[in-house]
Amino acid sequence: MTALHHATEVVDPVPGAEAPHLPQQPELVQLLTPEGERVEHPEYSIDISEDELRSLYRDLTLVRRWDVEATALQRQGELGIWASLLGQEAAQVGAGRALAATDMAFPTYREHGVAWVRGVDPLDVISLFRGVDNGGWDPVATGFNLYTVVIGAQCLHATGYAMGVQRDSADSAVLAFLGDGATSQGEVNESLIWAATFSAPVVFFCQNNQYAISVPIERQSRVPLFQRAAGFGFPGVRVDGNDVLAVLAVTKAALAAAREGQGPTFIEAFTYRMGAHTTSDDPTRYRLASELEEWKLRDPIARLKAYLSRTGIADHDFFDSVEAEADELAARIRTGTVEMVDPPGTSMFDHVYAEQTPELAAQRAEFAEYHASFADGGHDRPDEVTPGPGEDVF
Amino acid sequence: MSTETLTIGKALNLGLRRAMEDDAKVVLMGEDIGKLGGVFRITDGLQKDFGDDRVVDTPLAEAGILGTAVGLAMRGYRPVCEIQFDGFVFPAYNQIVTQVAKIHARSRGKLAMPIVIRIPFGGGIGAVEHHSESPEAYFAHTAGLKVVAVSNPVDAYWGIQQAIAHPDPIVFLEPKRRYWEKAPVDTDATPEPLFASRVVRGGDDLTVLAYGPMVKTALQAAEAAAEEGRSLEVVDLRTLSPLDLDPVFESVRRTGRCVVVHEAPVTLGLGSEIAARITEQCFYSLEAPVLRVGGYDTPYPPSKLEEEYLPDLDRVLDAVDRALGF
Ligand SMILES: Cc1ncc(C[n+]2csc(CCOP(=O)(O)OP(=O)(O)O)c2C)c(N)n1
Repeated sequence: MTALHHATEVVDPVPGAEAPHLPQQPELVQLLTPEGERVEHPEYSIDISEDELRSLYRDLTLVRRWDVEATALQRQGELGIWASLLGQEAAQVGAGRALAATDMAFPTYREHGVAWVRGVDPLDVISLFRGVDNGGWDPVATGFNLYTVVIGAQCLHATGYAMGVQRDSADSAVLAFLGDGATSQGEVNESLIWAATFSAPVVFFCQNNQYAISVPIERQSRVPLFQRAAGFGFPGVRVDGNDVLAVLAVTKAALAAAREGQGPTFIEAFTYRMGAHTTSDDPTRYRLASELEEWKLRDPIARLKAYLSRTGIADHDFFDSVEAEADELAARIRTGTVEMVDPPGTSMFDHVYAEQTPELAAQRAEFAEYHASFADGGHDRPDEVTPGPGEDVF
Repeated sequence: MSTETLTIGKALNLGLRRAMEDDAKVVLMGEDIGKLGGVFRITDGLQKDFGDDRVVDTPLAEAGILGTAVGLAMRGYRPVCEIQFDGFVFPAYNQIVTQVAKIHARSRGKLAMPIVIRIPFGGGIGAVEHHSESPEAYFAHTAGLKVVAVSNPVDAYWGIQQAIAHPDPIVFLEPKRRYWEKAPVDTDATPEPLFASRVVRGGDDLTVLAYGPMVKTALQAAEAAAEEGRSLEVVDLRTLSPLDLDPVFESVRRTGRCVVVHEAPVTLGLGSEIAARITEQCFYSLEAPVLRVGGYDTPYPPSKLEEEYLPDLDRVLDAVDRALGF
């Protein structure tokens, strides 16, 4: 048995998370307090070098900078939309860093931090939000699947992939990402049933950021999400999602258990979406500013920084160098985005099938001929694409 | 008479409000429709005024929304379900096509399913995948469902009320890229019947059929064609199931030519059915084959390519030229 199978220690509960009629459920795994103090957890210890700690900090910082830059690019009209991960960096970097090279991750549309850790180029993610393609990375080479916009669909894919891993006796595990809202989908519940029934080596990593667009977690569940796992017959753990060390430790343990044939685990990373749902969303309609202020005190990056400074694991020079690296990354993202070229129209016909059909090939040729017939290359288009005010596009 | 200038979005909002005032059994259900007022703000303010029993922010589960609507309808409620975007109707597709559509027939008329399924559909807003699709043919192909597509504020205002009052399940398609377009709406008028197409511009040389977001494009094409001395008649289909084609036949018998325009892929789309029926009914009047203009047989492309994918003025005029060239 790994630590996962009896994680019940009482450590610093985040208040207000539980349904009011239920007794408090304080099982929150934490290894680093919001003040940046290291605490021990009887079930989850972490053996981590100073180098690794510094590199975790670097990942968190660069991922945040990428996110901030992308949000700015959207505001300037360079991206159609952006789904910010602000506040969820520790959950994503911690989970991503727990993966082995041969593991596979199945993200939603917000897992930029995991993409970063898997070595996906930020510009390959940004191209999706710019509307140039549907995600420019190679899922096989990176072990990071394409983003899935339809809520919850990826959980079944992850489970099926894990069943394949199991049949092949491969030494890998699968990490499926989902949100708190996604736990309401039938398909997500089906994936939990399948994973349990077949003891598939899959870990469900739910970032409970408290909202599904405007809908608070209370509209999705009457019990803390991690407790649902028990009903499906496998362990559930709630981890402080703003504590990168705890997330890393818990996810590593769960992936190890999966690899050892112990089946699935459900991890609830208890966190908060500090920004809007996407750049088209207006969170002032459904949440109070005070709530955000409270969560700022639990900022995932500030707490690691406090710990690294206090212990002398990192000094000013280190923080300055990470800052400089972040500036460079932001500049690269900005230039790369602005310079990104639109694909040719004919590209939409190209990968519809593995084996092109004569009908579609004919449509492609007709399309090319039609567009070539405009001498100036331009069309007369009073009916242009015009995003209206106020829509929250996913 | 009380006339207000309204956007399609606001007209829907007022129409829903009036339907809720008229009938206490009307219940709105959907994701983010409460405090947020829906991602397009169509239900803005309704939860505040009618309470969260009547404007229900549901859990994030489309099968749940439609499946529970079936049960509520059995108890005499009139659920109005909002699907956030076209591409997210599919988790509910099973409930819609295997249950909602068939229960009246299966129960030999003992159970009615007065459910309205509101779907913002179509492209043109620069969104990522699954936010720009035109799934109307799937629904129109399913017996037991009725399908309506509105194109303007007047039809939005009256259509939503008529759909809610109607005893059968209706897939109610809203042209999302036109939500912000305005027109005067007489809120005291006697509305036109819901399941009727309408000639929205008279003409003699060719008939253009469109619905939802493409009606405006068709009208623009007619405008442009007029400058070249061509007179196009434009018909807004308004209802996709049942199809109201008698006025269309009449028009085509007069003009002898027809172009059908929609955003959905052309292959096996609504246009195919319409072209077949026109051919059957107007064969001896036709001077040219009925031509279709629509999306290509590809997934809806990334937004940088949607202008190339969506039928625009040029493509409609091109088809008009071809039809007139026969
Ligand atoms: C099947 C489906 N329904 C609706 C949507 C629209 N939508 C996009 S994100 C979202 C909320 C998701 O919330 P959650 O699962 O908690 O993830 P978060 O965005 O908070 O990370 C909704 C309703 C969708 N993408 N897919």
